[in-house]
Amino acid sequence: MSKNSFKVLRPGINTTFQDLGRDNLYHVGLPFSGAIDKRNFLIANSLITNKEDDAVLEFAYQGPLLEFSGGQISIVITGNVNFKIIKKDSSEIKGECYRTYNLNNKDCLDIISTEKSVYGYLSVKGGFQINKFCNSYSTTVRAEVGPNDGKKIEIEQTIILNTTDSTIKKSLEYSNSKIEFIRVIKGTNFDYFSEDSIKDFTSKEFTVSKLTDRMGMRLSGPKIKNLKKTNIKSEGLGKGVIQVPADGDPIVMLSDHGTIGGYPKIAVVISADYDKLAQCPPGDKIKFKIVNLTEAENLYKIYTMETKNIINKIK
Amino acid sequence: MIKNIYNLGDAALYCDFGETVNKQTNLKVINYFNDIREKNITGIKNIAPSYNKLIIYFDLEITNYKKIKDTVENLDISTLESAKTKIVKIPVCFDDEFALDLERVEKKVGLGKKEIVNQLISQKYFCYMTGFIAGMPFLGDIKEKIRLDRLETPRVKVPKGSVGITEQFCNIYTFESPGGWNIIGNSPKKVFTKDSTKLTLIDPGDEVEFFEISKKEYSKFNEQK
Repeated sequence: MSKNSFKVLRPGINTTFQDLGRDNLYHVGLPFSGAIDKRNFLIANSLITNKEDDAVLEFAYQGPLLEFSGGQISIVITGNVNFKIIKKDSSEIKGECYRTYNLNNKDCLDIISTEKSVYGYLSVKGGFQINKFCNSYSTTVRAEVGPNDGKKIEIEQTIILNTTDSTIKKSLEYSNSKIEFIRVIKGTNFDYFSEDSIKDFTSKEFTVSKLTDRMGMRLSGPKIKNLKKTNIKSEGLGKGVIQVPADGDPIVMLSDHGTIGGYPKIAVVISADYDKLAQCPPGDKIKFKIVNLTEAENLYKIYTMETKNIINKIK
Repeated sequence: MIKNIYNLGDAALYCDFGETVNKQTNLKVINYFNDIREKNITGIKNIAPSYNKLIIYFDLEITNYKKIKDTVENLDISTLESAKTKIVKIPVCFDDEFALDLERVEKKVGLGKKEIVNQLISQKYFCYMTGFIAGMPFLGDIKEKIRLDRLETPRVKVPKGSVGITEQFCNIYTFESPGGWNIIGNSPKKVFTKDSTKLTLIDPGDEVEFFEISKKEYSKFNEQK
């Protein structure tokens, strides 16, 4: 039997291998990276009965068009994704997320786009033949590390799959919900900003700008006025940290962020709401709400419990 | 000692070692960093040392702020000298082709090229931290005569290998990246490797020396490009 593989006929805008992220390298300048939407990542691997931290292909906006060669494989796509399967005889099947499909030799998987969201996930039974870097399958394109030489998936390349015989038939009733507020904890420089600006920050809408990628999300809205100083001594950053540079437009650090920064930190997105924020495409409006540490910890407990409950509903 | 510990969001400890940036404060940060890494404390996922701060990320699924704070507050950090530091020698070519901001630096500090280069290569530097982009070392302190502000408008793309100065520090751009430092040279030396056993050539606490190479030597070096 020949090796199972995908040929990349269209790579999509930003398609990378990801897993749960890479620990312990902040001090050399490498962020966690990993799948941006952890819940949809975990659901994808559970549906296809892979290990929890197996690699998936994450895509943003437009996904890849992949031609399968080999015997038979099972795949699943999670997120809010418009996709179709084009069979060898040219008949088409409209794809549904959270439902496994089998692909046969010369079938194509066309991941057209994510809808009202940014990221989607493709998990393949048995996983991909790729190598770990520092114990992780996460790709950080900016530092050229991770599987696929640290690069995005490129046109014409071949992705080798691990061989499996099993065909999976699983599905899940699930739809991604939006929340009214993105909840944040006050940042370490919260008191640098004017009272009016704090009021604006917690009551007015911000729009996700086009300058948004896996590194960070720029927001526009009321200008946040700094009363103290617009630069601090460069220090560590993290996922969800909201910095405000001198121009007054907040920037939220996402999973591939630079590890050191010198702008004041007004707030930090709570762990429970990170997925939902990162899935907001340019043009979306968001509102922030301040919670305290105990509330944030409880909300995270609820978030992980919800994820487990969702995964338990897989049939 | 740590002056103050706060929470940064719900999954990180923000340890403040005081406002002044100097070698002593930074050595304390590095000592805490090394010690916490060696102790392999359950639940700690990542540690980001900088000039005067240490940010410690933990896994909110198995621990929380209070527990990690208690652990860090009760650490016994007795030594003040970092243990394993080394001297790293970095070749730099100051050819006009690479010295993108030389004119600006000359104007601002009132020195000629030769003098600026001499000021930079005539001493050793201390590595305060690495990061922003993978492996980028923040080195200090440069001579007062060649200190200046960063560019008013940062470059969208600083070439890989660029050597820059700003305020009391100099650095090496280990990857092409946006950035606002004054670029006066370029090093062909690979400062970030993909060898997972030894990722960075320069670690916090190390000493770094620059030496000048000609354009010809640079082309022959051939390591980076």
